[in-house]
Formats: sequence, C-alpha cells, structure tokens
Amino acid sequence: MDEEESDRFDAIIIGAGPAGAACAYALARAGKQVLMIERADTPGAKNVTGGRFYTYALEMLDNGLTAKAEEALERKVTHEQMMMLDGERSLCIDYGDPSFAEEGKVPESYTVLRATFDEWLSGQAEEKGAMLVCGIRVDELIERDGGIVGVRAGGDEMFADIVVAADGANSLMGQKAGLIDDVRVEHMLVGAKETIALPARTIEDRFALAAGEGASRLALGGARGVNGGVFIYTNRESISFGCVLLPSVLAQKHLSVHDLLQDVKMHPAIRPLLEGGTTIEYSAHLCPEAGLKAVPEKLFRTGFLMAGDAAGFAVNQGYTVRGIDLAILSGLAAANAIISTSVPEDVGAVYTEQLDALGVHRAMQMASRFPEIEDDPRIFAIYPKLANDIFSTVYHLDPDSRRPLYPKLKACIKGDTGFGAILKDVRKIRRVLRQGDGS
Amino acid sequence: MSIERMSAEELLGVDKFNVDEGEAHIVVKCECCLECSDKPCLYICPAQCYKLLDGKLAFDYVGCLECGTCRLACRQLGNSGVATWTYPRGTFGVSYRCG
Repeated sequence: MDEEESDRFDAIIIGAGPAGAACAYALARAGKQVLMIERADTPGAKNVTGGRFYTYALEMLDNGLTAKAEEALERKVTHEQMMMLDGERSLCIDYGDPSFAEEGKVPESYTVLRATFDEWLSGQAEEKGAMLVCGIRVDELIERDGGIVGVRAGGDEMFADIVVAADGANSLMGQKAGLIDDVRVEHMLVGAKETIALPARTIEDRFALAAGEGASRLALGGARGVNGGVFIYTNRESISFGCVLLPSVLAQKHLSVHDLLQDVKMHPAIRPLLEGGTTIEYSAHLCPEAGLKAVPEKLFRTGFLMAGDAAGFAVNQGYTVRGIDLAILSGLAAANAIISTSVPEDVGAVYTEQLDALGVHRAMQMASRFPEIEDDPRIFAIYPKLANDIFSTVYHLDPDSRRPLYPKLKACIKGDTGFGAILKDVRKIRRVLRQGDGS
Repeated sequence: MSIERMSAEELLGVDKFNVDEGEAHIVVKCECCLECSDKPCLYICPAQCYKLLDGKLAFDYVGCLECGTCRLACRQLGNSGVATWTYPRGTFGVSYRCG
C-alpha cells in the first residue's frame, strides 16, 4: 500500500451542512470511512436559512433523531401565517393548528438557526464515526483517468473512492467537476436576513403562541414590485426577519436588497412585531428557487456526486419554503447509493434512483412550475392590493353612504382584477398546483 | 431598543468577521465597470460592498457575506468586472452565530 492509499477514505464530503452531514451520518453508520471538510470554523457558521425545518427528513435519516435534535431546534411551528402588504396597509391570515405539535408525535416542523443545527447534525455524524475537519477550504478536485479521486486543500491532497459536493447554492465544486456551468441568476433569489433578539415571552405574546410554539409568516407585496417575498420566523429568543428577492429585477429597477429589507422592517404592520428587539446578526444567502430548472442535468460523474443546495434541491412554493429537508434526503440518497454499489461507475445511476425513491425528484417536479406564479407581478403586487382594497371596503364605516356593500365591493373587482382576469389566474394556479399529480 | 432603519455598515457591525488581510477572495477589475451601464452589483449585494465613489465603482471585500449573488449577477447582467470570485480561505470571512 503506498502512502496515498493509506490515507484513502471511502468518501470525502465537501461541506458539513445538512446534506453533507446527513450523508456522512448514513455512511459512517454503515461502517464507511468518511471525512467531512468544512471551510467555516464550526459547521453552520457559513450557512443561512429563513428558516424552518421539516422533521420528516431527520426521521427518514434515522428514526427518533428529531427527539435528539430538540436542543438544536428553535420552536415547533403551530401557526402558519400569510400576509399581504400594500403601501402602509396589511392583511394577515393566521392558521393555528396545535396538531402540528401534538404531544407524543414528532412535530411537523421547527423554526431553526443554522449555526446551532448544522453543528448538532455534523456532531451526530461524528458520533457515528465520521471525521470532521473545519477551517479548511477545498481548492481543487483531483482527477485521474476520467474520474474524481480526491481533493486538494491548501497544500494537502486527500483521496477517496468518492467525493460528495455538498458545498451549497453557489457550488464551485460542481463547476470544477464540469457538471454545471454558471448557475443562472434568474433561477436564484438573493436573501437578506436580520436576526432580532427579543425575550421569549414577548415573542409568544406578539404572535399569540403557547410556550415553545412558533409561527412562520410569509408576506407578499411590500418590496416595491420586486419579485419575491418577506419572511418572519419566531425562534426561541429571536425573530428571523428577512426577504428573498430576484436579483435581475433589483438591478433593473435600481432598488437595493438592503434598502428594501429596511423599508419592510419599518412597515407599520411589521415594525411593532420587532419593536424593542436588538439586531444581533445580518446575513445573506443565495436560494435556488426554480424547481427542476435549477437542478443540473447531471448530478454525478465517476467518483463525484452533488447533493443539497449545490444540486439545486430547494423549493419555494410561496406558502412554504423547503431546503434543509431536501438537503438531508439528498445526502441520504447519496449515502445509500455509495453503500449499495461497489462499482464506481454505477453510483451515479443508483443515486438518481435513490433521489426518486426518497421523494426528492417528486418534490422538485411538483415545485418546478411555482415560479410561474411567484414571478407573476399579479401575485406579488396586484392581488395584495386587491385583498387590502376589499378589506378596506368591508371595514371602512361611512355613516353617510347609502350604497350597499355589494356594489362597493364590485367596484374593487374591475379591470386588472375583474372577474374574468381573476378566473384566468385561478386556472393558471390550478394548472401549476396540478403539476406532478400524475393526472 | 427601538427598531430603526440601519445602514449596511451598521448591520455588518454586529456580525463577526475574521478578515483575510493576505488574500482578497473577490477581485474586481473596476476598469471593466466603467463600461457597465447597469451596474447590478450596486443593488444586489446585501452587504453593499459595491459603491459608486465620484462616479466610479469602488469595491471592498471586507464585509462580504459570501452569498455569491455578485458573481452570478456581474457575469450575467453586468460586464464581468468580477474577475476572481472564490470563498475566503478556511477560517476567514464571516462567521454566523445564528444563521
């Protein structure tokens, strides 16, 4: 055995985020020699979420894992809220459902902060026997005989049967492997977030939450007609407040993502939620949002796989945003593929099968037409105005008016938002929502 | 604390950075930017690392949140002034405590 061989790992994973850590966890559990390489000082310190996390993915990785994750998660989401902003006006719908966090069951989703969560998950992989090195940036992939055989980081070379690129939305490794060209800017949203510290009790009072329970709120409108949205997630003792916006429209309208976030923060319906809080962090991230269109045609070559955000596995459905769960599932799919076949050339094909079997492809397929709705100005500009107009008409008391309510309401629904136009949009939304149901 | 608008500088002031004085992870050839009419970088960078000073583009990698938006936007919507874009060397750059 030469020196190179003695250093050889079964797998090297670039990036100790949820995709990388889940992959390492499943591989180490199966007795594989795994090395995770993370460029941050600690896993999660370069990562950003909105965010929330759907627990089913952890349960698929290992039954009962969510219970162990409690300390690393924030609040169980029991309130799903949707807000529509128009000028200074706002409309908020709050769906409360205690069954999302029913006693004795795994809560459906939690709010989450990545510095805590990613460190915990990679720690779990370490407990299973995976190795983790932090503070190392992988510079190059090592190629031999048409396959990837290892990585170069600083002056060091490390070798493995397979290299898994779990290096995030802006995957430089995927490019170095020749699997992706540039990610298309129109397939990405730029996210900016303030984490604002507030006492737990204040958060619970403002969002009408029971102790330990949380709210997820997405808002449309408010970004001066730029495609995208605003999010608010309640953590234990902070609020994650941010926006995700389409870079090309920001550039075209000459509106800055930073300014728009500050505008929304000062909105009369948002500011009181945050009042008294202290901004403890400002973070930013690119989010793939185009469903299957953002997924590279090929996610593998001999000795190399891509998982998580690097592979474009994130879904923005407008009412819900997913990424961490798909990252974990794709990491698991990669591990299953590596475990189940000893022929390096076959791993990629098994990975594709596993992505299907674990439902990652299906989730991406179902979401791939959502941008058609989200990027339609009618959705993020015209409908928030219409909704606010209708409520204004209903609630504005005019003692002198002799006009009954119906004709007043009818006056809101005209032109751009006439019945005909609305019906057309409903049909379009129905087409998108039916995508992937096989009928 | 009362919630107020905060400048990018104020916001970045609460973040934890370990600035790599020895290597800039992003290098911008500002002469390319003279011919760039749209200058998308001015709007898409959450950290506002790109600024106009006396009509000329000025860039500072200090304060970069490593999102990568400029890398895509400059090449695809601008004039490829971003000549080099990589992540900071290990341990350098932003360190999120919340994320």
